[in-house]
Amino acid sequence: MDYVNLRRQAASLRKGLFDQGYLDEQFYQLEDLQDDASPNFVEEVVTLFFRDSARLMANIDQALDKCVKDFNKLDVYMQQLKGSCTSIGASRMKTECTAFRECCRDENIEGSHSLSILNLCMRSFQKIKREHSVLRQKLESYFQLLRQAGPVECATRPNK
Amino acid sequence: MESHSVPSRAEAFPFGLRVLVVDDDPTWLKILEKMLRKCSYEVTTCGLARVALEILRERKNKFDIVISDVNMPDMDGFKLLEHIGLEMDLPVIMMSIDGETSRVMKGVQHGACDYLLKPVRMKELRNIWQHVYRKKMHEVKEIEGHEFTCDDLQLIREAGFEGFEERGFLTREDKKRKEEHSDQDGSDQSAVKKARVVWSVDLHQKFVNAVNQIGFDKVGPKKILDLMNVPGLTRENVASHLQKYRLYLSRLQKQNEDSALGNNRRADFSPKEPPAKPDLTSPPPVQQGTTPNSSSGFGFVAPKTETQPIKPISHFEEDIKVKKKGTSMPPLGMLLSFTGTIPNAEIKPSEPLTTLKHQTWTSGLPVMQFMQYPKHDHERCNLLGDYSCLPKPDLYTSAPSVISINMQNGTGNLLDVKPALMDCIKAISPLTCTVDGSTLGLDGLPGIKGCFLEQTGSNAEPGHITGSDLVPLPEDLHLYSSFQEIACFENVGLMNSIDLFQTEVESSSNWCDGSELLDYPLIDECLFA
Repeated sequence: MDYVNLRRQAASLRKGLFDQGYLDEQFYQLEDLQDDASPNFVEEVVTLFFRDSARLMANIDQALDKCVKDFNKLDVYMQQLKGSCTSIGASRMKTECTAFRECCRDENIEGSHSLSILNLCMRSFQKIKREHSVLRQKLESYFQLLRQAGPVECATRPNK
Repeated sequence: MESHSVPSRAEAFPFGLRVLVVDDDPTWLKILEKMLRKCSYEVTTCGLARVALEILRERKNKFDIVISDVNMPDMDGFKLLEHIGLEMDLPVIMMSIDGETSRVMKGVQHGACDYLLKPVRMKELRNIWQHVYRKKMHEVKEIEGHEFTCDDLQLIREAGFEGFEERGFLTREDKKRKEEHSDQDGSDQSAVKKARVVWSVDLHQKFVNAVNQIGFDKVGPKKILDLMNVPGLTRENVASHLQKYRLYLSRLQKQNEDSALGNNRRADFSPKEPPAKPDLTSPPPVQQGTTPNSSSGFGFVAPKTETQPIKPISHFEEDIKVKKKGTSMPPLGMLLSFTGTIPNAEIKPSEPLTTLKHQTWTSGLPVMQFMQYPKHDHERCNLLGDYSCLPKPDLYTSAPSVISINMQNGTGNLLDVKPALMDCIKAISPLTCTVDGSTLGLDGLPGIKGCFLEQTGSNAEPGHITGSDLVPLPEDLHLYSSFQEIACFENVGLMNSIDLFQTEVESSSNWCDGSELLDYPLIDECLFA
C-alpha cells in the first residue's frame, strides 16, 4: 500500500475542508486533544456529532412536516443543532443554522405570514441537511484514508 | 479517586479539581471531558440537569465546581444554577453558544461565576480553578476569627461533610490549628476548606423573622445580623444568605405571577407552633446531635395569610436513622405535616422512628418524617441515554411536590405510619401530589423503590408508588423510600415554590381547600450547606 500517497490524499482532503469553509479552527482543537490516551478521539467525536445531529434534525424534520407553526420550538431545536455544530467546527452547517433561525425570528415579527415563513424555514432546512450530508461524506472519506494510511501519527496534525 | 490525602491535594491544587460538567449535547460533553482531563482535573459528566442535581446532593462536597450549559431540555440552566447556589453553594460556570449581553447578564444575576461561549477553548477551562480558589478565600474570611463551639464542629462533622473529614478538617485538633493559623495562605488549603455557616432551620427562621421584622424593603445585612443576635454569625454570612434569599423570592414571585390561575402548587400554610421541642437542644446556628448520625429534620411552615409571620414547624432531632452503610452522612428528614381535617392520627413510632414519639401533635397533626431516596449510583449519570422521559417545561411551574416517605427496611413502622398517612392523603385529596417520576430523571436509578405501603418490595416502578393500599387519588402519588444516606431529595424543580424559603410572599394559592395545609418538608442538607 502506498502509505505516502494515502497520507497525502488525506492531508489534501483535510486542507480542502478548511479552505472551503466546511471546518473551522474548532477542528484543530479536536486534533490537539487527540493523544495516546485517546488515539481516535477526533473520529469518535465526529461520529458522535453526526449521530446526535441526525437525531436533532429528525426532530426538526418532524416538526416541519407537521407544519407546526411553533417557531419558538423550531428555534430551540435549531439552537441545539447549532451548538452541536460548533463542537466539531462544522462551519458551513452552522451558518445555515443561523439562517434558519433568522427565518424563525422573522415569523415572530410578522405572524400573519407564517405559512410562507414555514416555507422559508423548510428551504433553509434543506440546505442544512445538504451541508450535513456533504460534510459527513467528506469526513468519512478522510478518516477512511487515515485508517488506510496507517499509524496514528498520520491522524494528527498534518501540515496546517 | 475521591479521597485524597490532605497534603497531596493541598499541594497539588488545582490539580485534581473536581468538576461536574452538565450538558445535554453528548458531543460537547465528550469534548469538555477530554479538555478538563487534559487540565488534570477530575471530571464527572452528566447529560441531564436533574441528574446533575441529584449527584450533587448525594455527593456533597465531592465537587469543587460545576460547569453547565444554559440551554438544556430538562431544566433551564439558570434554574440549575440557582439550585446549586442555594443548596450547595458551589461555583458554577455557565456555557452557551449564545453570547448575547442579556443572557450573560442573566447568568451573572443568577450567580454564575463565569460565562463561557461555545466553542469553548481549553485555555478557558484551564483557568476555572480561580473561581474555586476565590470562593474559598471568601469563606476563609467568613469564618476567620469566629468562635466555633465544639458542638458546632461536632455537628458539622456529623452533618456529613465528608469533604471536611477527608481533609482532616473540623476535628478538634484542626480547630485549634485553625485558630492558630490566623493567616490563611493559599497553600494551606487543608485547614480552611469548607467551614461555612450551617444555615439550620432555626437559623434560617431567625433570619426570616428578622427580615420580616425589618421589612423586606428596608432590609440589610447589618440590620438582620443585629436582630438575629446570633453569636459567631458574621455580616458576610448574612449578606450572602440574603442575596440567595432575594433571588429565591424573586423567582417565586415570578412563578406566582405565571401561575396565577390556580396551579395550586403551593400550599397554604398556617403558622404553627409546636408545643414542645423535645430532643431539641439546638442553640443556633447549629443543631446538636446526640448520636453520631443525627441531624435535624424539619419542616417549614409558611403563613396562611400574608400578615402572619412564619413560624417554624417543630424541628426535631432525628433519631430516625436509616441504617447506614458505613458512611457518616446522616439521613435527612423531610417532614410532612398536615393541618386541617385530618383526624388525630398519631403515628406510633417504632424503633427507627423513635423521634416521632416525642412529637406532640398539635390539633391532630401528624408529623411524619420522611427520608430521602437512597444513594443513587453515580455511574449511571454518565449514561446519557438512560432517561427517556424528559419533562415538559411546564412541569416546573405547575407540578406539585412529592411527598417523600421514608420507611426503613424491614421495620414495622410503615404500617404504623400508614393510617396516618392515608388520612392525610385523603384530607388533601385535591392536592396534586403527582410527580411523574420519570421526569425527575430517576427512572432506572437503582435503589429507588416504590415500597411505600407495601413495605416489602412492592414492585412499583421505580419512583412510582401506587400501592393498592393507597387511597385512590386523582393522581398518582409517587413516594420514595430511602434506605441509606441522603440523596438530597428536593423535588427537583418542582418545589420551587415551597422548598427553600417559606415566606409571606408565597401565601397566595391554596393547595388544598381551605383549612388543609401542607407543610412542606425541607431538607436540611439540601438547604444548608
